[in-house]
Amino acid sequence: MARFLTLTRGFARWDWTDWAAHLYLLLGVLIMFGPVAWLGLSSLKSEGALQAFPPTLLPYEQASVDVPGRGTLKLFHVVAGEYQGQDLAELRRMGLQSQLIDPKAPGTIIRLKLDERVPITRLRAAWDNYSALFGKFNFLGYFWNSVFITGVATVLTLLVNSMAAFALSKYRFTGRDSVFLLMLATLMIPPTIVLVPNYLIAATLGLTDNPWGVIWPAVATPTGVFLLRQYMLTLPDELIEAARMDNASEWRIYWRIVLPLSAPALAVLAIFSVMWRWNEFLWPMVVLSRSETFTLPLALNSFQGELATQWNYLLAMTVVTLLPVTVIFAFLQKYITQGIASAGVK
Amino acid sequence: MNLLAALFAAVMDLPERPMRWAQRRLSGGRLGWLFVGPNLAIFAVFTFLPIAIDFHYAVTGGTQLLPRDRPYVGGDNFASLLTCTDYLDPNSCTRDLFWHGIWNTARFVLFQVGLMLVFSLLTAIVLNGRIIGRGFFRAVFFYPVLLSPVVVAVLWKWILQREGILNAWLMAAGQPTTNWLLESNWAFFWSVFVSIWAHMGFYTLILLAGLQAIPAEINEASAMDATPPWRHFRRITLPLLMPSVLVVLVLGLIRAVQMFDEVYVLTGGGPGTATTFIVQYIYKTGFADQVRQYGLAAAASLLLASVLLVLTLVQLKGMKRG
Repeated sequence: MARFLTLTRGFARWDWTDWAAHLYLLLGVLIMFGPVAWLGLSSLKSEGALQAFPPTLLPYEQASVDVPGRGTLKLFHVVAGEYQGQDLAELRRMGLQSQLIDPKAPGTIIRLKLDERVPITRLRAAWDNYSALFGKFNFLGYFWNSVFITGVATVLTLLVNSMAAFALSKYRFTGRDSVFLLMLATLMIPPTIVLVPNYLIAATLGLTDNPWGVIWPAVATPTGVFLLRQYMLTLPDELIEAARMDNASEWRIYWRIVLPLSAPALAVLAIFSVMWRWNEFLWPMVVLSRSETFTLPLALNSFQGELATQWNYLLAMTVVTLLPVTVIFAFLQKYITQGIASAGVK
Repeated sequence: MNLLAALFAAVMDLPERPMRWAQRRLSGGRLGWLFVGPNLAIFAVFTFLPIAIDFHYAVTGGTQLLPRDRPYVGGDNFASLLTCTDYLDPNSCTRDLFWHGIWNTARFVLFQVGLMLVFSLLTAIVLNGRIIGRGFFRAVFFYPVLLSPVVVAVLWKWILQREGILNAWLMAAGQPTTNWLLESNWAFFWSVFVSIWAHMGFYTLILLAGLQAIPAEINEASAMDATPPWRHFRRITLPLLMPSVLVVLVLGLIRAVQMFDEVYVLTGGGPGTATTFIVQYIYKTGFADQVRQYGLAAAASLLLASVLLVLTLVQLKGMKRG
């Protein structure tokens, strides 16, 4: 096997550093992805299965059976004594004894010691953890808030930043370079510094408890302007000159010529923007205080405080929150890693 | 989908007329300001104006949000934050939580940035070698970067809880179990661990890009001379990688100083004050406490900003040299 691998990959031979490197990476996969996989598996367990300690890897649940006149009873397998080998349903436990009946002959009550029977478990995914999110909790509301904020903010971010980048890369006007430097300087001002005054401004503009309070401050990003400007600088000016000859207005040049040509850079910024807005936490927490306006991370945060005992719902909600990002990453992995490596931003 | 595209096109055509009119009225370059305008306006309202207000808040007291209702107190907020009988003992300070935050943040930055640099460098070097399935491994190490901090925190809370899988493993191995997030030192350890887990993929990516930019000829020449691996790393790889390492170091520092999200959800700053960092102090003082002391929060923000400014200047200087 190893020889086959080395042949196909053109490796001369495997020395210990190669083994160590692959071992390190496999351990890395366990640590980096294991917890996420464990979260996913756990989210499919019923409330009872989650309380099992030590936990099982897969979502097992004790099998039960409907006995007419007795309701739904849990199934046990008898491991010792007269009834060894039979599957019986438990009526009740009394001290160290258990009263069971045979589901096929429910007339006679069989008494066994507790250690004479073991629960029968079956693999069963508790999808109702997920469906309960939509019934019991205002999950669709939070989901919609997140989608709305992410979508609108991303479209506006692309629009506003590309307009600025267009002017900064294709026009000459007095103050242009100062404007660009001023925008870059805002990179140095982390949002946490202006938390308090931004709250005042949001409150004054009536943006608290309002999705627009999350959207507007996020729309102008120095990263976006920088990324798009650098890209637009590489577009040939002759294209624009030609369009001007044809009497196209400047607005038309911007959005019919420059914008489509900047698609690769716009895509990178769009991915960043979606990631930023979908995951954003501190500012939304400050500006949104009514639970109807919560985004998914805020809802998750308040639930992990309130539902500390109801892990089954909490885990399902966590999975649904990470799912969109995971799907996007699975499809756009190459562009995301390349974009980040080239822009050096997150 | 076509309908959506047509609708979008129609909306985008709307500014056509006013822009044409503006184009006729404004000569040449001044039209540029129209394009830069929206962006600048948002920066002005949500970045530049807030800095000015920050200074105003920092020198005024009371609990009113509106600036005109706030009494001028001069340097009282700063004095209150910075008064200690013994600067090494947070409990002797007027604002002990602020100083707990400072010391915790300093400790956190030291461990988190140092260890993260080591592990992302190691991972980048390993990924840069001959690896089967490099793309897959790179993706797996990068994946947590994309997760929401709240998701990261809940995920690890589930693993670290008293009856979580980590304790189950320890028990199976016959080791004593621990209530990980309720013991100060462990809670701090896991804060560092989880934040490295969540962010190291990003820095690994930067370092990997730096490694791949090293010309192959240099490595070949060194291999020809049969340079021992350690010496090759010390004398060739590391010096050539220095610009990337510096970027990672400073970006990591700037982010670590502002650490809040993951740790806040994971531990709530506790137990006690064991994992309360400086940004959490700002958030708590300004927004979470019953009495909202905006002045103190703004003063603490400005102190934090001055630290970050120094770090950014170091970065700019390093980037110029690099």
